[in-house]
Amino acid sequence: MIEIEKVNKWYGDYHALVDVTETVARGEVVVVCGPSGSGKSTLIRTLNRLEPIQSGHIRVNGQDIHAKNIDLNAFRSGIGFVFQQFNLFPHLTALENCTLAPMHLRGLSAKVAQEKALALLDRVGLADKASAMPESLSGGQQQRVAIARALAMEPPLMLFDEPTSSLDPEMVGEVLLVMRDMAKEDMTMVCVTHEMGFAREVADRILFMDAGKILERATPDDFFNRPAHPRAAKFLADIRTPFAKAI
Amino acid sequence: MSGFLEVIDTYWLYFLVGQYPNGPLGGLALTVLLASCALVMAMPLGIVLAFARISPWRAVRWPVSILVFVVRGTPLLMVVFWAYFFLPSVTGVKTSQFWTMLIALVIFDAAYLAEIIRAGIQGMPKGQMECARSLGFGYFRAMRLVILPQAVRHMLPSLVNQFISTIKETSLGYIIGLAEVSFITSQINTQVMVYPAQVYLVLGLTYLVLCFGLSRFAYWLEKRRGKRRAAPAVGKEAI
Repeated sequence: MIEIEKVNKWYGDYHALVDVTETVARGEVVVVCGPSGSGKSTLIRTLNRLEPIQSGHIRVNGQDIHAKNIDLNAFRSGIGFVFQQFNLFPHLTALENCTLAPMHLRGLSAKVAQEKALALLDRVGLADKASAMPESLSGGQQQRVAIARALAMEPPLMLFDEPTSSLDPEMVGEVLLVMRDMAKEDMTMVCVTHEMGFAREVADRILFMDAGKILERATPDDFFNRPAHPRAAKFLADIRTPFAKAI
Repeated sequence: MSGFLEVIDTYWLYFLVGQYPNGPLGGLALTVLLASCALVMAMPLGIVLAFARISPWRAVRWPVSILVFVVRGTPLLMVVFWAYFFLPSVTGVKTSQFWTMLIALVIFDAAYLAEIIRAGIQGMPKGQMECARSLGFGYFRAMRLVILPQAVRHMLPSLVNQFISTIKETSLGYIIGLAEVSFITSQINTQVMVYPAQVYLVLGLTYLVLCFGLSRFAYWLEKRRGKRRAAPAVGKEAI
């Protein structure tokens, strides 16, 4: 579904992605992890062209996403993107957040769009918050609305850029639960996350990145129990015992 | 004081509409008409200029930036003089005083509005645009549906400020002989002679009422929008 081929990206002199090559199959759930600044967020943002790349190719469904003739908006509408900061539209209700794109981009009538959006809000457990404004929702609720909003376009592919990193710890679970249920439903998912419990249970494959390179590709079992790359082993040791590391 | 009431009795219609219907429209009506036209025309132009100011293309951005800097660096009176003396010699068309003043006001206010709108747009969190684009909205649709509705709320106080300035700026039409309310008032004063303080007090109060009314209207608008935001969550039944 996604083919990444020798992708390079620089921010000025900083080489953020170094010859990254990777494939994600349809229906696969891939978790990308690694230390801060390792390029994982940059990588996922290049997949729907939120970040330009300097060299290499990215193909989604066989289509080169940097091709001159590509309809960028149509392409992006087929990919759900969930941001760390939720980015709900604060001037719209939860329901309107979910109906905006289907109505304007898919031409759905208000009634049909609302019914669909309500079903999605129900799916993320927030049907009773349909007419709530984003500011009145907790972080976890906002992120679940953001997921429903992305799902409203019925994308076959979902990208998550650290979806739980700006949540209070007690709200992380409710978001991960929604994501787990999506993974069960044949959705192709690429998730940048630090939630190792989620990675272990839900991921088909884990990519470990550092310094702009994918250092390790492994099943969760191999990654957590037999990390091949020393950097990955150190990363795992550090996140398992952050306090021990500090002292 | 009864003498001044007589003045009002004699001149109120002249104050309101000038020589109309026996001559051209003037007075307060002309002021309101001029200000309204200026606002209605300056706003869309301001939006266009604002987008030009944040355009990625230099060829679009630079000329507009220069225009904005020039207009901001000169008093409105200068712009009025240019429109009055310079423009006809360039275009070859002699415009009426009303149109001259309107052109000057529109250019002047559009430049200021452009800066207000630009700041409002650029003050939005970057994630909002990114998110709208990631859903598949094009740049202008994202602006219209996501960015501008939010930005306008932040811009509203500054926009109203500018609108109020526009109303007051119409008084500069006096200088090119436009029969707006200040001009009419000074004519009344010349004829009456003995009540200058009272006559100009009425003029001042008139502007005050206009501007205060507009600012209250804007305040009401802000409140109304705010109310919608704070609407309680009621869920399914509401739809």
